[in-house]
Amino acid sequence: MGEHSIEPLNTYSAGPDERGRFGTYGGRFVAETVMPLILDLERAYSATKDDSAFASEFAYWLKYYVGRPSPLYFAERLSDHFGGARIYFKRDELNHTGAHKINNCIGQILLAKRMGKTRIIAETGAGQHGVATATVCALFGLPCTVYMGALDVARQAPNVFRMKLLGAEVVPVNSGTQTLKDALNEALRDWVTNVGDTFYIIGTVAGPHPYPMMVRDFQSVIGVEARDQMREAEGRLPDTLVACIGGGSNAMGLFYPFLDEKGVRMIAVEAAGEGLDTARHAASISAGSPGVLHGNRTYLLQDNDGQITDAHSIAAGLDYPGIGPEHAWLNDVGRVEYVAATDADALAAFKLCAKLEGILPALEPAHALAHVARIAPELPGDHLLLMNLCGRGDKDVFTIAETLGVEL
Amino acid sequence: MSGSRIDRRFAALRAEGRAGLVTFVSAGDPDQGCSREILAGLPEAGADIIELGMPFTDPMADGPAIQASSRRALDAGASLEVTLAMARDFRHTDNETPLVLMGYFNPIHRFGPLAFLDAAGEAGVDGFIVVDLPPEEDDELCLPACKAGFNFIRLATPTTDDARLPKVLRNTSGFVYYVSITGTTGAGAAPPDVVGTAVSRLRGHTDLPVAVGFGIRTPEGAAAVARHADAVVVGSSLVECVARHAESGEAAAAVHGLTRALAEGVRGARGSAT
Repeated sequence: MGEHSIEPLNTYSAGPDERGRFGTYGGRFVAETVMPLILDLERAYSATKDDSAFASEFAYWLKYYVGRPSPLYFAERLSDHFGGARIYFKRDELNHTGAHKINNCIGQILLAKRMGKTRIIAETGAGQHGVATATVCALFGLPCTVYMGALDVARQAPNVFRMKLLGAEVVPVNSGTQTLKDALNEALRDWVTNVGDTFYIIGTVAGPHPYPMMVRDFQSVIGVEARDQMREAEGRLPDTLVACIGGGSNAMGLFYPFLDEKGVRMIAVEAAGEGLDTARHAASISAGSPGVLHGNRTYLLQDNDGQITDAHSIAAGLDYPGIGPEHAWLNDVGRVEYVAATDADALAAFKLCAKLEGILPALEPAHALAHVARIAPELPGDHLLLMNLCGRGDKDVFTIAETLGVEL
Repeated sequence: MSGSRIDRRFAALRAEGRAGLVTFVSAGDPDQGCSREILAGLPEAGADIIELGMPFTDPMADGPAIQASSRRALDAGASLEVTLAMARDFRHTDNETPLVLMGYFNPIHRFGPLAFLDAAGEAGVDGFIVVDLPPEEDDELCLPACKAGFNFIRLATPTTDDARLPKVLRNTSGFVYYVSITGTTGAGAAPPDVVGTAVSRLRGHTDLPVAVGFGIRTPEGAAAVARHADAVVVGSSLVECVARHAESGEAAAAVHGLTRALAEGVRGARGSAT
């Protein structure tokens, strides 16, 4: 830290600065009680960057436990169906626990062990990050408390049960809107209370610095693998990357290693819920404004008084009224395009993927696929379109059945 | 000495040889009418300094009592505009009691920090406590507030070690708010001897008055802290009192009654200690 090299304006991967800022976004907007912990974490994380033992330990668990590298798969039938671009899926849904979330959890728990922490806390929305955290806590033998909005506990019962089977304590959060943002508040309150022994594993590229950077770095394995795999498959880099975005960790993980490749177009797909013109969506960039929440400045869903408003998406993992600060910056500088797909778009994409590829995508990446469906037909036949299939849809079958009016 | 209203109040307390009582209530809780009544009667009931909470949907550092208080206020139409209007009205009837706005940064960020400072100055506000603005994020509000003559009151906590304290104290004025426990507002209290040690540690770093809060609920608890600190902050038990009496319409009388009891505890503390 501290070295103030003058970066040319045409690099997009140099952030954050020493204050944890990406442009004006990011930062460390936390209570004083937590501030010394954040500074400790930053020091400990910085130390791992020059530590080859940490890197090889991380690589070991990703390979033998998570099952990396995840395949880069040519979705031939979908490509034929759309009649345009060649569509590839980065198949992070094949990871252990069924999503990209585990990549970050492995990294953070290794760091927690190094810091001598003996208790893990986490927040979860859909339950994917909670399951991934509970999994690594079982693996490394640390007690785990997961905060989850009471509403999410009710609608994600299978994941709640999974976490409990893995030995985690799941605490339903009854404050506020009883969803992911309130779970985050409650996890922060736990951390403020249990400062000595507790490590907070945040599940996305948000929160106070260094979390957005650290989670991005751990998830960058997705993009690093995809670069090599696409070169091997097609002899060159992809033309367009597409990823869904709630907090934005899968998108950041895919995009980051490509940010300085000028020829690579990047599109992130927010959840438009029932439509951007309704009050029921989760599109912080497309329909929100800059504010400060959960330790960072970023785009938020808020009213004119700066009160946070409810997010909505059929995909619980996108149901958050904010977005990672690096995305806020990438939007403002124009490096990444931010678009949105509705619940209905995502559901249609889900069905198509199931029928044509034999893959049930999670409802989150189904949003990305909905945008692929929009652009692929117009693109030339040699255009390489790479989408992050960041989670599998097993967890969503109950939600989908309910939406379709099917009784299981 | 002149200085700010807060400086004058602490000078007067020193002259009286006693600690002060700092009361916290949320602006607009349980509704705007009752909240104005609560606010107007606090000085008479014995509050030496008033912290007026700016309600926020996501009060990350607060326990259940203040969370619920914020929620009640917002449900009854509270906003930063309403808070500022309440401050302005309070100043029409009381030009002496220091008024500190306390809350989180986002509503201020949305209002515009400089516009907020103008409005707060015009309303007769003396200082701010913004929970999620540590010294690392001083540039947007703290520095312009200090320049405009406001007191910016910082929280110091058990995790703020001696190496960090100077950084926390640098742009702090008026008083230092010592959070006596690691935890959220309304959680358990620290034992008196621990508070005493902590206050001594702070006094080694600053000449500013030290107010102690978090977990102080009763006149006895307030008295115990008042033997060590320059002021005692009570919040959660006051807003719980609001909650208990909101339905009956007696919230103002009940809060003033509790404030009177707390003030007695604080005012009698040093006499009974020596």
